Amino acid sequence: MLQDMNLWLPSGIQLSYLVASALFILGLKKLGSPVSARQGNRLAAVGMLVAIAATLLDQQVLNYGLIAAGIGIGAAIGAVMATRVAMTSMPEMVGLLNGFGGAASSLIAIGEFWRVTHSSGSLPLDAAVTIILSVLIGGITFTGSLLAFVKLRGLITGTPITFPLQQPVNITLVAAFLVGSVYLILHPESVPVLMGMIVLSLLLGLLFVLPIGGADTPVVISLLNSFSGLAASAAGFVLANNMLIISGALVGASGLILTQIMCKAMNRSITNVLFSAFGSGQSATGGAAGDSAMDKTVRSIDAEEGAMMLGYARSVVIVPGYGMAVAQAQHAVRELADQLERLGVDVKYAIHPVAGRMPGHMNVLLAEANVPYPQLHDMDDINPEFERTDVALVIGANDVVNPAARHNQSSPIYGMPILEVDRAQHTIVIKRGMNAGFSGIENELFYKDKTAMLFGSAKEVVGLLVSSVKDL
Amino acid sequence: MSETLITGLVVFTLASFVGFEVINKIPPTLHTPLMSGSNAISGISLVGALLVSGQGNTNLSVILGLIAVVLATINVVGGFLVTDRMLQMFKKKEVKA
Repeated sequence: MLQDMNLWLPSGIQLSYLVASALFILGLKKLGSPVSARQGNRLAAVGMLVAIAATLLDQQVLNYGLIAAGIGIGAAIGAVMATRVAMTSMPEMVGLLNGFGGAASSLIAIGEFWRVTHSSGSLPLDAAVTIILSVLIGGITFTGSLLAFVKLRGLITGTPITFPLQQPVNITLVAAFLVGSVYLILHPESVPVLMGMIVLSLLLGLLFVLPIGGADTPVVISLLNSFSGLAASAAGFVLANNMLIISGALVGASGLILTQIMCKAMNRSITNVLFSAFGSGQSATGGAAGDSAMDKTVRSIDAEEGAMMLGYARSVVIVPGYGMAVAQAQHAVRELADQLERLGVDVKYAIHPVAGRMPGHMNVLLAEANVPYPQLHDMDDINPEFERTDVALVIGANDVVNPAARHNQSSPIYGMPILEVDRAQHTIVIKRGMNAGFSGIENELFYKDKTAMLFGSAKEVVGLLVSSVKDL
Repeated sequence: MSETLITGLVVFTLASFVGFEVINKIPPTLHTPLMSGSNAISGISLVGALLVSGQGNTNLSVILGLIAVVLATINVVGGFLVTDRMLQMFKKKEVKA
């Protein structure tokens, strides 16, 4: 009987891993539509449960008490985080979780290094290479994510931090890591060298995120998401575990796709995002544009006038930007949409891919405010509709509606895909003042004849619009 | 290269292609839940952490493994729960509160 167990258990575990992997893929597939997404997430969670249960049956696993305690602590922290986090803080949460995933993979590799070198005294080449890779990716993901978290929280400045000789320093560190790798492969017993390489990987993570500006956080978060997957895959190579390799590859692919989408939406290449410190060198052009703007005039209206324009329109497209979320105005915006629909106005929302601080962020914020998702439209769907739109209402968005991206070749955002609100019959822009956006450049939309400015904080102004529309 | 490493590379490459195909079809509306959900999936390193921390004898391995268990569990539980919390907000028709 016991012998039977010994015979069947390893294949049983592997088959459970296969089931779990299939559940992950099915779950991701179901995430493709809002109707089935919740079920998809649950399927993936079931897959995870299957994988964990199967692993606990592995006869290598002995310390059940300690493991139960570890899982208990982790589950409690995770549950508290998940229930308390505000939807505006989702990027921070995802950033932090990426970091934990990276750290876990790195620790697994170090633990395995310790075990192998202590039990056999030598380290096969395959094992050495996979351990080194796992330490590197895990370490970079860990500190890079923590720094992204700190930046997103506003604990340190969101502007790019640069210092002289930054690139040479980075290259030296990478070279040092490579030298350490070769040494470790030749002398696997050298623990100090491994320690040095762990420190190097952590430093590289910090240096990688340090020069990246606040406007580029969606890209960084996506890229670190991809890294956290690759880190899990690397740990899978260390342990020769297919379950880890498959899941890590899925997440790595997902993060990479999102990174590409974000880069495309900002018309930047990934190398440009990582190495150019966007936003730090723009003050000169910004100033020049500011000067030329002096002789232009803006048309400022009050809430009552705005309410008239909106209330008597046939179609209104609302363009929310992160400024709206910062002002916590999404509920007021939904109320405005409700009132307009009561008057028979057709209301849609136009969401730019980089409208929030992570991919899809704005959609979540609007969903939280009870906006039905069929009203949310992607940039490609909505852009052809602006010509037939009576009023485009821009709330707290700036660079993503700047027509300069279409024709002004000297503009830093030239070529970036934008929401073409200037093609609507009228445009109303709600804005606190005439400050420039993330990129630090002037927006010529504000000076167009068809554009009316409504100055004030988003929440207040939208509130006034709601009460004025009610009186129509 | 050993056979396990080659098998690993095959599995990794094929899984990456599957990932690209499946995830490319996910609309931008759901990109944030996709990220937090895939984040939870990358918590699969918990399986590795269990294997490393479960070994009886070598002490440092076990300690490192246990820290990894805690971190990976935060990743798994936090990721799945917050994704569920977000997805239940996506509604087709407005629900009158």
